[in-house]
Amino acid sequence: MSEFAGAREIRFQLYDLLDTEALATRARFSGQGRDVYDAVLDTAERVAAEYFAPHTRAADLREPWLEDGKVTLLPEVKAALDAFAAAGFLGAHHDEALGGLQLPWTVTQACLSYFQAANIATTAYPFLTIAAGNLLARFADEAQQRRYLKPMLAGRYFGTMCLSEPQAGSSLSDIKTTARPRDNGSYALRGTKQWISGGEHELAENIVHLVLARTEGAPPGAKGLSLFIVPRYRVNDDGNRGTANDIALVSLLHKMGYRGTVSTILNFGENDRCVAYLIGEPNQGLAYMFQMMNEARIGVGLGAAMLAHAGYLHALDYAKTRLQGRHPGGKDTTAPPVAIVEHADVKRMLLAQKAYAEGAMALCFYAARLVDDEMTAPDEAARQDAGLLLELLTPICKTWPSDYGPRANDLAIQVLGGYGYTRDYPVEQYYRDNRLNPIHEGTNGIQAIDLLGRKAGLEDGRALALLSARIAATCQEAFATQGLTEHARALEHAVATMRQVTETHLRALAAGKRNEALANASLYAEALGHVIVAWMWLRQALVAERRLAAAAPPEADYLRGKRQACRYFFAYELPRVAPLAAILERMEQTCAETSPDWL
Amino acid sequence: MKILVAIKRTIDANVKIRVKADQTGVETANVKMAMNPFCEIAIEEAVRLREAGTASEVVAVSAGPAHVQETLRTALAMGADRAVHVETEAELQSLGVAKILKAVVEQETPTLVLLGKQAIDDDSSQTGQMLAALMGWPQATFASKIVLAEGEADVTREVDGGLETIRIKLPAVITVDLRLNEPRYASLPNIMKAKKKPIDVKTVDELAVDVAPRLKILKVEEPPKRQAGVKVESVAALVEKLRNEAKVI
Ligand SMILES: Cc1cc2nc3c(=O)[nH]c(=O)nc-3n(C[C@H](O)[C@H](O)[C@H](O)COP(=O)(O)OP(=O)(O)OC[C@H]3O[C@@H](n4cnc5c(N)ncnc54)[C@H](O)[C@@H]3O)c2cc1C
Repeated sequence: MSEFAGAREIRFQLYDLLDTEALATRARFSGQGRDVYDAVLDTAERVAAEYFAPHTRAADLREPWLEDGKVTLLPEVKAALDAFAAAGFLGAHHDEALGGLQLPWTVTQACLSYFQAANIATTAYPFLTIAAGNLLARFADEAQQRRYLKPMLAGRYFGTMCLSEPQAGSSLSDIKTTARPRDNGSYALRGTKQWISGGEHELAENIVHLVLARTEGAPPGAKGLSLFIVPRYRVNDDGNRGTANDIALVSLLHKMGYRGTVSTILNFGENDRCVAYLIGEPNQGLAYMFQMMNEARIGVGLGAAMLAHAGYLHALDYAKTRLQGRHPGGKDTTAPPVAIVEHADVKRMLLAQKAYAEGAMALCFYAARLVDDEMTAPDEAARQDAGLLLELLTPICKTWPSDYGPRANDLAIQVLGGYGYTRDYPVEQYYRDNRLNPIHEGTNGIQAIDLLGRKAGLEDGRALALLSARIAATCQEAFATQGLTEHARALEHAVATMRQVTETHLRALAAGKRNEALANASLYAEALGHVIVAWMWLRQALVAERRLAAAAPPEADYLRGKRQACRYFFAYELPRVAPLAAILERMEQTCAETSPDWL
Repeated sequence: MKILVAIKRTIDANVKIRVKADQTGVETANVKMAMNPFCEIAIEEAVRLREAGTASEVVAVSAGPAHVQETLRTALAMGADRAVHVETEAELQSLGVAKILKAVVEQETPTLVLLGKQAIDDDSSQTGQMLAALMGWPQATFASKIVLAEGEADVTREVDGGLETIRIKLPAVITVDLRLNEPRYASLPNIMKAKKKPIDVKTVDELAVDVAPRLKILKVEEPPKRQAGVKVESVAALVEKLRNEAKVI
């Protein structure tokens, strides 16, 4: 087991839970198989261990800095990104026609998870480039793809996402950046973008910014936003790098975590010489961006899960070797101290971390599989179902792991005691890094409003019905499995509770009471997230039960650990749904009715 | 020049080994397997020699059950041109493997056979030497540098006192040490290409080799747990302990 990611864990998630090998029977993945997927995962683990993990702390201690006006990073970052590109990870999931390998999204996300666990901040550069590349592959025209996407897949150009502005964070409808048409079909861009990750650096020949902006005369609000390709350096017709495209670095931002990722404020078109190229149709910018963001959000959730998992592995290892104290029942004060992993309270903290981390991983890989199913499931109905379920699950993939991942890291610090609070151990950094995840790619508060206000009622409730049916199928299996019947009953009950709560809110929404209905959206997201993660744990326990009879240690211990973490989740976590549901059901308005003057 | 590289599949170096309850061996069920790290170095060297134009073909060979084909695929993904799998479910010991390799060498007639200096599971460090003896070929073990010339090879060996460079005639057997090179990882495109490279499957019977084990494993045990340290009162007490208890001075 490598120190930052459990190889057995990822294989359990991919093969035991999701039967990923079965994807190879689909035309798009023909010729592939478990051997290919294993080899690809091995390469990911190795490149992550050799090129990413070693500079995680160094990049935290040395945030990107300006040297002669240039953004400068530790040289290890570029070496890691070159290795990432050379190994072929940037284009692995794309069509062969684009030079890709047509690997399933599930598999490439699993690869990504190794890098996230090893070094989330350095991984952000390819993460953004892959996301931007997916968007171009879907919506850009052929000439744009040739000019910008090809070099991105080769690792020569990197990508960014430019949505946020100083006055427009959660509220993208307030975006002010403007695009004025020029004679030749391109646009002149002007505006300030805030927070742009990877916005300026010398890691790549060029940076392709994907910028949301408003064309002249476009309608106000989100309906008037268009999406543009804005290269840092213009690209000549022969593909060579041209002149600088009038994008100024206003400043670097200094952060709590994710410090290896350069965060920038950028001014576009200070001299009115910033050329932008429209992607697709005007005024469709947000729609395009969100298609891409949906995949990115699953990736954010997965990153949060992997940081939680990395912290768990570290805390576990520590707890097995740190000797301290004796069992409360022991009478002999001269007896040697026990390893802290023997203490029930430490076990509680470890089980919670395991339950959060591996539950969140299961959720994100499940969603990644839905991305594959939406694209390649053999029949049309299955593809549609996958797409619908994905829409419902996406905000939960973003919020639940990013909410509970930092909690896991918080517990990892606690397990290490004072040592966990020092920079000599990695757990405090995991916490700081993970703390970004509830904020970016849409805050968890905004995600929750999207979940309750839009997704819960999708297609007249068909999305939620589909989810309930899938959970019910798992419960049926669990009812037939000794030791899991109580869990199945509890989960069925929790699903019924959440359906009831959802009904209540959908009715209020239909009656126009949006303020009241959405006042507790965050609680709704948390409660529904807990139910879904309980489902994920029941699925894992079912696999464990099936396998245990024929398993010898260490595999048998691994499977018992799965069973026990499931038991933990049902005993300590799922019961939290009921009180949340009670607050929701009565549409508690304490917060909504609080005057800002009283605070 | 054709180079044959022998490959062993072993438990992944990162896995914590557990002894089976009945002490007949170590647990391998559901344990992550990988190419023996010294074999990776051998493949890497062969591929570099081909890339440099010194060698024309690299053939990877491994003996064992069907699973070893996965490890051969890794060799192919690292750059070997094709592979030979000698299939057998039998327990293989160094001598058995050396005999299998001899049969393959006679069919393939390589100019050079590269092997890892040892495998990280049983640490025997015998197969290469036995193969050289069976073939009647020169051998150079523990290589940290290999320079090939017309009909001969200069091999720098890691020996107790430092480095020793010897010249051997080809064809020959060379076993490789840790510092020879840094093996590459298999890139994703190469993993996909490796799927299409041929693996020629033979059986031990076809090769008419007797692989019956000559050694019997009596018992496999965990190394003893490290004992807690003790504090001594004085230098004299330390010297006493080192002399009489540890018996190191
Ligand atoms: C390290 C980092 C990297 C980032 N990278 C990028 C990037 O590469 N590209 C990019 O475009 N952006 C990026 N962002 C921006 C990020 O997406 C925003 O920070 C985020 O969307 C929140 O916007 P804000 O910071 O302006 O907060 P605000 O929108 O001011 O929100 C503050 C608080 O108010 C709440 N709130 C706001 N509006 C509402 C509402 N209507 N209802 C209920 N609650 C509300 C929020 O949930 C939050 O708790 C990054 C941010 C950070 C910190």
